[in-house]
Amino acid sequence: MRRFFLIAVPYVWLLALFLIPFVIVLKISLSDVALSIPPYSPTLDLSAGWQGIKDFFAALDFENFIWLTGDDLYWKAYLSSLKIAVMSTALTLLIGYPIAYGMARAPEEWRATLMMLVILPFWTSFLIRVYAWMGILSNEGFLNQLLMWTGIISEPLTILNTNTAVYIGIVYTYLPFMILPIYAALERMDGSLIEAAEDLGCSRAQAFWLVTIPLSRPGIAAGSFLVFIPALGEFVIPSLLGGSGTLMIGKVLWEEFFSNRDWPVASAVAVVLLLILVIPIVLFQRNQQKQAEADQ
Amino acid sequence: MTLKSLTLTAVVALGSTAAFADEVRVYNWSDYIDEELLTKFEEETGIKLIYDVFDSNEVLETKMLAGGSGYDVVVPSGTFLQRQIQAGAFQKLDKDKLPNLANMWDVVSSRTEQYDPDNAYSINYMWGTTGIGVNVGKVTEILGDDAPMNSLELVLNPDNMSKLADCGVHFLDAPAEMIPMTLKYIGEDPDSHDPDVLAKAEPVLTAVRPYIQKFHSSEYINALANGDICVAVGWSGDILQARDRAAEADNGVEIEYFAATEGAQMWFDQMAIPVDAPNPDAAHVFLNFIMDANNMAAASNYVYYANGNKASQEFLEEDVIGDVAIYPDAATLENLFTTTPYPAKVQRIVTRMWTKIKSGT
Repeated sequence: MRRFFLIAVPYVWLLALFLIPFVIVLKISLSDVALSIPPYSPTLDLSAGWQGIKDFFAALDFENFIWLTGDDLYWKAYLSSLKIAVMSTALTLLIGYPIAYGMARAPEEWRATLMMLVILPFWTSFLIRVYAWMGILSNEGFLNQLLMWTGIISEPLTILNTNTAVYIGIVYTYLPFMILPIYAALERMDGSLIEAAEDLGCSRAQAFWLVTIPLSRPGIAAGSFLVFIPALGEFVIPSLLGGSGTLMIGKVLWEEFFSNRDWPVASAVAVVLLLILVIPIVLFQRNQQKQAEADQ
Repeated sequence: MTLKSLTLTAVVALGSTAAFADEVRVYNWSDYIDEELLTKFEEETGIKLIYDVFDSNEVLETKMLAGGSGYDVVVPSGTFLQRQIQAGAFQKLDKDKLPNLANMWDVVSSRTEQYDPDNAYSINYMWGTTGIGVNVGKVTEILGDDAPMNSLELVLNPDNMSKLADCGVHFLDAPAEMIPMTLKYIGEDPDSHDPDVLAKAEPVLTAVRPYIQKFHSSEYINALANGDICVAVGWSGDILQARDRAAEADNGVEIEYFAATEGAQMWFDQMAIPVDAPNPDAAHVFLNFIMDANNMAAASNYVYYANGNKASQEFLEEDVIGDVAIYPDAATLENLFTTTPYPAKVQRIVTRMWTKIKSGT
């Protein structure tokens, strides 16, 4: 009985917070847009009984998904979002790994403080931090003033409202999500393994590549997912820091929902986005499982 | 806790929800009222006022169409109002509860009837035009003394725009205003819903696109006032606010607003009561309060937008009623045009075209 409850908890969680919202979105994506409250049809009419339910299902179709294939805007937006998400994940990994490594190698009494410093930015609202970047990156901003004052540049650099600003915003915002899991993995690592590798003739660099990196792989994977997934659907950062030319699926979704008032197409875009995310996650987990089996 | 005291608590709790009935929730545009009016309303009527703000018609419309917004008074613009009335989002006004309707101005109410026949669902709050905000000093420096500041030539002719680009130009991120403006420039009907006519706006806007720094519907106020940009296509009152901020800052920036001589779009922000408003009675009290001549004048004096209230005009300050940028003279008024909402299919074409113009895809 106790075991049943233990298993039930995650399933109830999954049902309430993932499956039910997904079914609602999926249902809207199969409806048609209408000028009414709510702005789509059909809506489920339970008072009409069995016939009402039958009519409801008869009116659903995949028209909106077919629509998505007819305009290259959607594919370009998905691809451009994927590119931005992959690049940002790689950048956070490049910056985050050395930081996490340094933290894990630091004397024990410093680690809590260092950890605190990584988490500290979260004490300020995310929105305010992004606005601060607008102040830093604008043409009259701190960065340009500093560079001009030091004489490195004579004309201000246009960074704000470009894709570069979007990368800066995403890397800055999600960096802690990369650092923390890698740090957790590295901190658990047994230092004697490195000594053993060096005793067996590895140079320090070889020991790092052959021992440290493979052992921190779960941390790298967890960190990459924590950065990649929210970056792919990011809306706030591209709309505040990006320019009109920044094409991301989050903005396309917003436009379908608000400008076109087309909830069904917006929902179809969201369903496709979810599929794009779920497939690599499932593949990754399979791979992990296979490896775990192989290790045994 | 005994059963009796439990019942008592429940009764008290019920009583307090009844007290909540004496509050009114208003959802208005940001920076769009003199906040002293809000305290005055609470003092005069004893109704608690909860005042929230939004900054785009799209956000408001999504809340209205989702239903259950919890607001008693909302302020959509004319075309949006019309569509939301069709969707059944609003309730008819009880005109017996609005004695101050007598203050309204027929010049405006006759125009708002095209969105809301007989003005059955809404009252006019403010109205204005969409035009051009110019940093006079810098634009004269770049284009010379005969710069066409009061003409769409300034912002839609690539020759002028390429010279202004370095100085900074912002456009409204509002296709329902920018496309009619472009159609007017090329001599087409600005209110056209014909996809073939609408398509003619695209090459014109694409030609000036490389010279536009940003499409945004509120940032230009500060950008103009600080001298960060030279030209903005924006809403009259916002540009006048930029003018005043620059004058207050005394930073040598002189901003002026022009409604284009080719013709400028006139728009109306209307107050209406959602069909599921929790407290329609209090909503009527609020509307009547706003239509009071003194109160309406205070709001206009503060935000620099014209209102649809004839009686308020005697209380308006001279720099409001006397400014043709706010209260256009008869000749300019003739030259203003209005638009009607796009049907869903056309709306999709317009949004798509706008995305293409902005992002190149």
